[in-house]
Amino acid sequence: MSSQGEPFATLPVAPKPVLRRFHQARWDEEIIFELSRPGRRGVGVPAPDAPPVELPEGVGRRTPPALPELSQNQVVRHYLRLSQETLGADLNIDVGQGTCTMKYSPKVNDTFVRDPKIAELHPLQPEDSVQGVLEIYWRLEQILNELSGMARVSLQPGAGSAAIYANIAMIRAYHASRGEGGRRDQVITTMFSHPSNAACAKTAGYEVITLMPDADGCPGIEALRAAVGPRTAALMITNPEDTGIFNPRIREFVELVHEAGALACYDQANANGILGVTRARDAGFDLCHFNLHKTFSTPHACGGPAAGACGVSEALVPFLPGPVVDRDGDSYTLNSPARSVGKIRPFLGVTPNVVRAYAWVMALGAEGLKEVAETAVLNNNYLMHKILRIPGASVPWADRRRVEQVRYSWQELSEETGVHSEEIGVRAADFGVHYWTSHHPYVVAEPFTLEPTESYSREDLDEYAAILAQVASEARENPEFVRNAPYNQSVHRIDPACLDDPAQWSPTWRAYCRKHRR
Amino acid sequence: MTHPYIPNAGAETRAAMLAEIGAPDVAEFYGDIPADLRPARPLDLPAPFTDEQGLVRHMRGLLARNTDTTQVLSFLGHGCYPHHVPAVCDEVNGRGEFLTAYAGEPYEDHGRFQALFEYVSMMGELLEMDVVNVPTYDGFQAAGTALRMAARRTGRHRVLVSGAVAPDKLAKIRDYLAPDIETVLAPVAASGETGEVRPDDTFAALYLETPNVYGVIETRGRELADLAHGAGALLVVGTDPISLGVLAPPASFGADLVCGDIQSLGMHQQYGGGQAGFIASHDEERLVAEFPSRLFGIAPTAVAGEYGFGDVFYDRTSFALREEGKEWVGTAAALWGITAGVYLALMGPRGMREIGETILARTRYAMRALASAGARVRHQDAFHFREFAIEVPDADGLLAALRRADIFGGVRLGPREVLVCVTERHSIADIDTLAAAVKDALSALGGTK
Repeated sequence: MSSQGEPFATLPVAPKPVLRRFHQARWDEEIIFELSRPGRRGVGVPAPDAPPVELPEGVGRRTPPALPELSQNQVVRHYLRLSQETLGADLNIDVGQGTCTMKYSPKVNDTFVRDPKIAELHPLQPEDSVQGVLEIYWRLEQILNELSGMARVSLQPGAGSAAIYANIAMIRAYHASRGEGGRRDQVITTMFSHPSNAACAKTAGYEVITLMPDADGCPGIEALRAAVGPRTAALMITNPEDTGIFNPRIREFVELVHEAGALACYDQANANGILGVTRARDAGFDLCHFNLHKTFSTPHACGGPAAGACGVSEALVPFLPGPVVDRDGDSYTLNSPARSVGKIRPFLGVTPNVVRAYAWVMALGAEGLKEVAETAVLNNNYLMHKILRIPGASVPWADRRRVEQVRYSWQELSEETGVHSEEIGVRAADFGVHYWTSHHPYVVAEPFTLEPTESYSREDLDEYAAILAQVASEARENPEFVRNAPYNQSVHRIDPACLDDPAQWSPTWRAYCRKHRR
Repeated sequence: MTHPYIPNAGAETRAAMLAEIGAPDVAEFYGDIPADLRPARPLDLPAPFTDEQGLVRHMRGLLARNTDTTQVLSFLGHGCYPHHVPAVCDEVNGRGEFLTAYAGEPYEDHGRFQALFEYVSMMGELLEMDVVNVPTYDGFQAAGTALRMAARRTGRHRVLVSGAVAPDKLAKIRDYLAPDIETVLAPVAASGETGEVRPDDTFAALYLETPNVYGVIETRGRELADLAHGAGALLVVGTDPISLGVLAPPASFGADLVCGDIQSLGMHQQYGGGQAGFIASHDEERLVAEFPSRLFGIAPTAVAGEYGFGDVFYDRTSFALREEGKEWVGTAAALWGITAGVYLALMGPRGMREIGETILARTRYAMRALASAGARVRHQDAFHFREFAIEVPDADGLLAALRRADIFGGVRLGPREVLVCVTERHSIADIDTLAAAVKDALSALGGTK
């Protein structure tokens, strides 16, 4: 480098290696309490300018909370360091969090929700002062009605699981309205439907029956026939399931459930690949839900706020969570359905995500949505083709077609090397990507679930497959090396044992200090 | 031209990828979807905007039909509050790394885990409790779950819930508990505080809020905690953490579970989109076991001086156990938790005290100003934080008159009752403007006293 020395490199710069030499930001950042010094503050607030109020003993706070004291720039720096140590979808080829539909969230849509005309709206303003936002709710509902074939859609739920809960609440209210509430006390779901279908049904008071996949990877119709009966309130099912397989006999499932007087409810968390290709109502479903943060591109926000949309057939419309937005000429009004299950969350819904989802559809239109679905499915099959060429990777029910995502297995690799799927995921992250196994229990051995969506290019998919090929080959050559990963992350290997030990676990800094800093 | 959001959309790329897979066309992948499940016609959707500017013009046109609370004087609260949002909160939650992250591991998403751990830790200091969850959806859900936790912890099937809770929230609590837990309403005293209650050993919990739906601060917390505990029930308290710089944390008077909404801590109102819920408890194993939400904790790493993170006691969640887990867990409102952490870090102990003192003082000032203007202020002898109710001859008439003066005067609680909200964003001059407009409106409407 010095002007006198020999050059240590020459032009041209060599081509990049196949695999990215990634290293996650590592700031070795303190816990925020450790940055505190008495007397500092990050923001000024208006001082009392009216006579002070003295609160009596026991009502007023005696000792100030031990919050950290930092200057504003220290707060900014601390949180920007933490943000750099977070691998957002904006930064990576985010195909590894399968079932989560990690698609691109357009930046222009963020500008709409930061506008004071959304950000500074109070949810209980007079209707005539919020006509714009009500129109957006109404327009998005019309779009989702068309995409689902349903009569109406509520945009109130805060996320997918809340939408599942809202659907169960409507199912419960529907049967109660027919005097069958007590008798119908069972909900049927499938092992490859999201666990919230089972868990929300249980919370809502139902006994849960879970159908396992048959030899062909789909839940068996005979198993359904055996489970369904006068006690059945509903079938809660995903299709394509988390395996990526579309159940071709879904209409028969719905019909069987209907014959028993029960309702059929469609978890459309995996709808991305079938937008405009097939619709919930066309298969006879009575209820369905979409996740706006998956299929409709709103950002995942570290785990919410998200948004859910519940669609229902005509018979269920009176039970929708209220209020809903109706159009009356050129104006929009809020009304509560006649037998509404009430509010699933405060106010109308997660408005910023309703706005983003609407804007996303309006940038695509019908043709664009078809392009989204077809490209997502093409990408999924392309990636599967690449993954299956990696020795040790396999896909259960290999002869079945795949739609939106694929649940794969490293069983063969694991048996050969002793390396588990979780460990492969940790090592894969060293190359700058996410990786997810599966919900529990692991029905597919050593599982991993990939969902490329429409957002990633062919080169992106090649890169992701090359990363997994590299890790698989490392597992064969040096399993210990993979097991001791990560190497390129913000922190080194974590020992999680303390997290399950009540004497040691530290779910807050004060618990940590009490247990470990004496 | 390919769509800007879909890199592989072009015919050429598509053909090359199909060739590599060895598939004739994309339709092949849909071969399991029977023909009778295919729509007979193309989707009927509005024509899209193919250029970004066109989309912006369309959206701005829709947004222009809204009047926001910076254009008028708004005294609307009732669960969603107009507090000042420090610029740093928006800076942090607008970062693409946080905005677009999801559920990565504590290695590549170390920062997400630390930011959420710090949020729960700062909430823990404010609440004087050792366990706080990664946010649930909102304060409604937090209350419903806290009460379900109490029922599971005690094995009982009734809860006694204060009547001074917002009606929508009460309906949600009732509905959420309905399958196996009976909700019994506790009376509200003339003072606006919780009335006389006699919990017996059939009750899992006594639930009250402070400040409550009328803005009234509970002064008998210790006594109510003793009553609940005497019956073997838990005291569950709903609160707004922004009040806790000046109000005693509920744990200090005996609360076992504390819950509420954190929208006040750095979230814009967003037409109701800024809600997020918290639940807190002491570090008692049997109560920790009842949380449905994720809990993040510190764990050691292979390198000295490094903090790692992970899920505390994961095998209680529906992620781990499906219907055998506690209620359910899913995507909820994590980014608002991170934002609330930023807010608390900016405010510190002094900021939280000052904002509380200012709100207490301005609330009382507003109560006196509206009383002088001719409104009957309810619960006048109680201490209030941020909100208070007034009685007027015609709530709709008053609010309409105020609206004509560019004031959103409050939330209509009933035909003769309006809830008024005052925060640090309302100056004394703003309150005087409201009082003058109320006085004019009431005299036009025929007055009351």
